[in-house]
Amino acid sequence: MPTDHLTRRRILASGTALSSGIALLSAKAQPFTTYPNIPTDQADRPVPADPLQGYLFFTPTEALFVEAAVSRLIPKDGLGPGALECGVAVFIDRQLAGPYGQGDHFYLKGPSPNGEATQGWQMPKPADVYRAAITEVNRYTNDAHGGDFARLAVDRQDEILKSLESGSAKLKGGIDSKAFFTLLLQNTMEGFFADPLYGGNREMAGWKLIGFPGARYNNRPFVTQHGQAYPLPPVSLNGRPDWTRS
Amino acid sequence: MRRGIAIAGLLFAVTLAIFVASALTQAQQSALLPSEQVLRGKYLAILGDCASCHTSKDGAAYAGGRGLNSGFGIIYSANITPDRETGIGNWSTDQFYRAMHQGIADDDSHLYPAFPYPYFTHMTRADDDAIYAYLRTIPAVHAKPPPNKLPFPLNIRGIMAIWNALYFSEGEYKPDPTKSVEWNRGAYIVTGPGHCGGCHTPKNFLMADEYDRALSGSPIDNWFAADLTGEPRAGLASWTAADIEEYLKSGRNARATASGSMQEVIGLSTSRMEDADRAAIAIYLKGLPPSAPVKQSSAPDPAAMRAGGAIFVDACSSCHLSQGRGQLRLFPPLAGSATVQSHDATTVLHIILRGSHSLATNDKPTPLAMPAFTWKLNDQQVADVATYIRNSWGNQASQVDAADVAKLRSDLAKGGGN
Amino acid sequence: MANPDVVLVGFGWTGAIMAERLTAAGLNVLAIERGGWRDTPNTFATTFDQDELRYMWRHHQFENVAHDTLTFRNNAGQVALPMRRLGSFLPGTGVGGAGIHWNGQVWRYLPTDFAVRSHNLKRYGASAIPPDMTVQDFPVTYDELEPHYDTFEYLCGISGKAGNLNGKIQPGGNPFEGWRSREYPNPPLDMTYGPTLFASAATEAGYHPFVHPAANMSRAYTNPLGAQLGECTYCGFCEKFGCGNYSKASPQTTILPILMRRPNFTLLTNCEVTKIELDPGKTRATGVIYVDGKGQTQFQGAEVVMLTAYILHNVRLLLTSSIGKPYDPKAGTGVIGKNYAYQITSSVNVFYDDKIINPFIGAGALGMIIDDFNGDNFDHSGLGFIGGGYIGVVNTGARPIETHPTPDGVPAWGSAWKKSIAENYLKTVSIATHGAVMSHRGNYLDLDPTYTDTYGRPLLRMTFDFTDNEHRMSDYLTDRATDVAKRMGAREVQAKKRAGSYSVVPYQTTHNTGGAIMGDNPKTSAVNRYLQSWDVSNVFVQGASAYPQNAGYNPTATLAALAYWSADAFLNHYQKSPGPLVHA
Repeated sequence: MPTDHLTRRRILASGTALSSGIALLSAKAQPFTTYPNIPTDQADRPVPADPLQGYLFFTPTEALFVEAAVSRLIPKDGLGPGALECGVAVFIDRQLAGPYGQGDHFYLKGPSPNGEATQGWQMPKPADVYRAAITEVNRYTNDAHGGDFARLAVDRQDEILKSLESGSAKLKGGIDSKAFFTLLLQNTMEGFFADPLYGGNREMAGWKLIGFPGARYNNRPFVTQHGQAYPLPPVSLNGRPDWTRS
Repeated sequence: MRRGIAIAGLLFAVTLAIFVASALTQAQQSALLPSEQVLRGKYLAILGDCASCHTSKDGAAYAGGRGLNSGFGIIYSANITPDRETGIGNWSTDQFYRAMHQGIADDDSHLYPAFPYPYFTHMTRADDDAIYAYLRTIPAVHAKPPPNKLPFPLNIRGIMAIWNALYFSEGEYKPDPTKSVEWNRGAYIVTGPGHCGGCHTPKNFLMADEYDRALSGSPIDNWFAADLTGEPRAGLASWTAADIEEYLKSGRNARATASGSMQEVIGLSTSRMEDADRAAIAIYLKGLPPSAPVKQSSAPDPAAMRAGGAIFVDACSSCHLSQGRGQLRLFPPLAGSATVQSHDATTVLHIILRGSHSLATNDKPTPLAMPAFTWKLNDQQVADVATYIRNSWGNQASQVDAADVAKLRSDLAKGGGN
Repeated sequence: MANPDVVLVGFGWTGAIMAERLTAAGLNVLAIERGGWRDTPNTFATTFDQDELRYMWRHHQFENVAHDTLTFRNNAGQVALPMRRLGSFLPGTGVGGAGIHWNGQVWRYLPTDFAVRSHNLKRYGASAIPPDMTVQDFPVTYDELEPHYDTFEYLCGISGKAGNLNGKIQPGGNPFEGWRSREYPNPPLDMTYGPTLFASAATEAGYHPFVHPAANMSRAYTNPLGAQLGECTYCGFCEKFGCGNYSKASPQTTILPILMRRPNFTLLTNCEVTKIELDPGKTRATGVIYVDGKGQTQFQGAEVVMLTAYILHNVRLLLTSSIGKPYDPKAGTGVIGKNYAYQITSSVNVFYDDKIINPFIGAGALGMIIDDFNGDNFDHSGLGFIGGGYIGVVNTGARPIETHPTPDGVPAWGSAWKKSIAENYLKTVSIATHGAVMSHRGNYLDLDPTYTDTYGRPLLRMTFDFTDNEHRMSDYLTDRATDVAKRMGAREVQAKKRAGSYSVVPYQTTHNTGGAIMGDNPKTSAVNRYLQSWDVSNVFVQGASAYPQNAGYNPTATLAALAYWSADAFLNHYQKSPGPLVHA
């Protein structure tokens, strides 16, 4: 038949399908009878963090808390920049402002009684958790130490964080301090080590600290070089300085 | 009694035969058993890839309406189905031959050489008649192509008489008795129905072929149709005839992967040719002397090579591997590649910016793809990595400038190509 | 228009395998997949695939629990609560399912893994199997599946070294493996440093290390269907990620290029099957109900329905469609949901001062393994457990959010933590143990009474915990791993036993099994030896839901072999004479 290859070509272009000899009662489904040829500019690329200065989600009080907290979780020290310098507070802000903050990959239907530790997270979506928990942590520190977390001395801040971590700090409002700390630490690690396009790990400082080469895809030349230092600098999804002429 | 039965049986058989024969009209009979001429015409239409230009994206087969970028404006292909009002249903074989051979339509108006009659003129009358016969058998579709978008005075067809006088030599192909039958067959296909030079021969300012540089490569649709001569770097000098045949059959060989418009040619035309015809094309192409070099290239800027080298290691080597050797018939080798060393880098830049899906055929069904880098690399970075691959591992070709990339990026954004 | 010959529910590995086999035989096949189209250049191109946050932590390619999850409890004394985010296991969704983001670790079961009950009773006596341990023999043998393992291995271009060729033990391979009829299709991958150090120490300890069989290509490969795969570049973004350069076996790289060209195959995406419709007598499926991409409910008729939707969804569909008798753990009756099992894992970290390991160089199945403590490869007398697992160093990669090991005593944050990861990240080897989980009366799947999915269907409820058998076995493996670790010449060794109840929080494996188990008796199994439902003979249930218990190995190769085995029986017997293939 002279037409079949042409309609096939149009299928390739448009991604719709011919009917086959099968009773398909729904015209609203997306049936494929050939391999769909999706243009490369429709690839499912990541969405970079908004590079705007400042915070999209955190209020000024919340921002002060998060900046102070991440500065203690991964401090700037002799080994290099810490979480704050690496943009981790911005990272967490952008995450909470986006789908993650709204719990897009969380099951949110109730009821949500407290369960066993083995049953995992029973808290609401991350944006709500941060909003409520930061308020309660500051309430706690004000009660116990006369000021918001961000205003306390670093030694005191470390103590507070440890007591959140262990659960010995009892927060009000039904907030599980241990669960909140776990979330905060997890997001801090994410911000420190994720690709810089998400707002953290500025200049790949997190990767440089440990020697992770980043978004590399060809390690073939180095597989059998046992015990030798890896010769290439880290690279992010958007490249590295050597990509640009000096 | 037995004789009576025998006569009755005979009468019955004869009656049955007459019944069967007369139950079918002539047309129905020929539809059941396409004549050899129609089959030959169908094959010639594959050689000519007629369906490609004469079918629009959402239109019926051969019903025309596909916009072709002529270099001066958009020309829409004709409806060549047997429809009497909007197709060529009223044409005689003489009129069809005149269109193919002289570029003149049934109403005596000139056709534009976007319809490549300067190539089809080489075809024999018998071949044209066969195509005509085949086109009579396809479904008639009532569809009028849109009016052409050509500026004055090009929208006056009569002006083609001048163009023809300057650039068109009418005449059927004359076999070269000093060459083999296969070579002549290849020459016939390439310079006739295949009309390869339509894309692969550079054009002058009036979009006519530069005959003295035949098949040496030419820009089209934001691609660069490759040099098919024996040019040592950018042509087919390092390809064997078997390489060419494999490429035409499946779009992938150990040296290159077809991209852009050539994929359609391979998918609809060359992959469906007989092995002997692909072999003939290969013999003909391998016999072409090298084209003259276009420009000398000086050594590239070391800063470009450094930056390009860093990009290559990070972003390209996971498929093309270090040393640019590629993985044969998967990811084309860059070292020694004719595409990479073309004097015109458009194909390479287009692929880096937009990526490329390779053709899938029954022979090689995996639809491999190179991703798009348009968001990942800026103009200078694309230029530098292109310069790097064009000048590494023994390759040598001109440096690419950021301005070239910027222009292509802008042209692609306007919707050209891919 | 006629019904398709077969409707497949779900389109991951078993869906693609069945579709290819059945369409090759000329049948009309329709696959209905709830997720969308996925393929290499669109979904995980080399330009953006290396994104640990997005793929591992934001679960971009995994099943989205916002729409459908399960509820979980350790035992019937607890109230099951929703698993609100993925953790312990990472099911797939979309075309290719978890076949996109698996590691490519491909194992044949041991011959004894198919006869756990009878073999252990015979060797160790009745006391070996406590009354509440509900292990059963498979109704199929290793020998019967051997050609189908071979088919899958050649489909996937497995890189490896045979250990037992037709009964003859081969150097460099696994001396404990079942016999195989021919060598692997590709040679082993090149080996990184960590596994090499482990292998030397294991040899010293008297064990038998061999190279892990890998669905990561050691060289460019064209499989018997004509699909092309490229060579692996050891990028370290394997597990949880799609492969951007076509070098990991998946439905996309091994089957779809050929399957999608067949005119007798149709794929429906973004359509979720919610129920299998039965005739009034409830002995025959008439088709499936699904919700299409616009949220409309549709009916699709079928001659045969095959569930290829992953064990968890297979079982839930059987329950909501009332196919088979639901399991009652108290009475010990019923079969659907029975014998749910999992995997028990542990690890031993080995910290060096003087050896640069570069653990980020990796491939999904790149490693050195010892099988000396798997299955019944060792004498269990007096140990107090049955089953075992493999031990080894597998360099799947070391992406930093997930992997930044520190020795005991180092805090989880602060400057001391920072110093420790800077010192240890490049110089740590992690030994893993990967062990079997036996079936237990109290470990099962059923429907939750409270929570629902996005369509209002009850969620699957999982009641599961490790038993003493698993803990003893896993601790034993961890001790053996520690023995080897101590010979590796490192600064310190950190054993991390799997302690306490099973938790859905930390990632372990996506090796859920059981719930629609295969057997020789409809009273104690859901499907027969050809994976055909005992109750509704035109319904087949593929996948690891068929496993009566889980072995030490990863489940994929065995469920693939069972799919080929089932397809053969379907084409050669069922098609000629539709109806029950086994009469119990």
